[in-house]
Amino acid sequence: MEGNLNMVGYGLAAIGPGVGIGLIFAAYISGVARQPESRGMLQSIAILGFALAEALAIIGIGLAFAL
Amino acid sequence: MSTLLAASSEGEGFVSPGPKDFDLPPFFDSVAWFTKPVLIVMLATLLVAAFYYFSARRASVVPSRLQFAGESLYGFIRNDVAIDAIGHEGLRFAPYLATLFSFIAVNNIAGIVPILQFPSTSHIAFPLVLAVFSWLIFLYLGIKRAGFFRYFKDMMFPPGIPIPVYFLLAPIELFSTVIVRPVTLMLRLTFNMFAGHLVLLLFVLGGEYLLKEYGGFVGIAAGSVSILGSIVLTFFEGFVQLLQAYVFTLLTALYIGGALADEH
Repeated sequence: MEGNLNMVGYGLAAIGPGVGIGLIFAAYISGVARQPESRGMLQSIAILGFALAEALAIIGIGLAFAL
Repeated sequence: MSTLLAASSEGEGFVSPGPKDFDLPPFFDSVAWFTKPVLIVMLATLLVAAFYYFSARRASVVPSRLQFAGESLYGFIRNDVAIDAIGHEGLRFAPYLATLFSFIAVNNIAGIVPILQFPSTSHIAFPLVLAVFSWLIFLYLGIKRAGFFRYFKDMMFPPGIPIPVYFLLAPIELFSTVIVRPVTLMLRLTFNMFAGHLVLLLFVLGGEYLLKEYGGFVGIAAGSVSILGSIVLTFFEGFVQLLQAYVFTLLTALYIGGALADEH
């Protein structure tokens, strides 16, 4: 087997943001289910939270290729 | 296309795609800067300019199809991004945000357009310039509103916090506003496109290798699944590309809104 250990590390590092993004959208879905009219407001907040959590995964993949 | 063939035809065994597949050679040897991403950015600029020009030329009360498309896109950015995130002053920034969104979206979508098939935003130079623009705009607006020292004082020393906490809070706030914001803006777009393109390459090249070189029942079965999976992933990529253009625009609007807001 050939390959780069960085990618294994990145796989482990991506668990955190993965769980985080799941929690964000779970909260968004239950918020919309509870109060459908708040969808518009929640949507941009959810996407903002998603973008912030995702930044960690993205920094991880950047470092996996750079280091 | 040439990268697909080049990567699959070299050596024994399967060569998995990597960062080298993003290093495209220039079209002509004498013009070193004229590579595929540059061509795509030029095409995207022309396309966005032509789209907005022709959709707004001869505007009438009963809109034509093109005018309707342009107005719905602009209206979406103006109402759902600019005004929602910035407030009433967002109207001033709606043209910039709409251009930003369209430009990034077209550049991203080039990654799944047949023939082009390369997201030019996966080269870090293009998101870098866009992120620097956003950075300059929100810093300029913040400093213009509050003055240089008060802007940084408001940012680093929000009132109502015990004094010892400031030793921790002030550097973190400064670092996160001045450095982390533009850097994450740039990296998010770049590496989303980079990783998405890499996954597509892996599925297509892997499927091709399994079907052509590996062969046998296992090769044909796994290769077919891989090629079919690449079709599904292409649609998923299209979704991610539009979402990332939206995220970049939304974050820029939120940073502008934060710089314009009176209380921190």
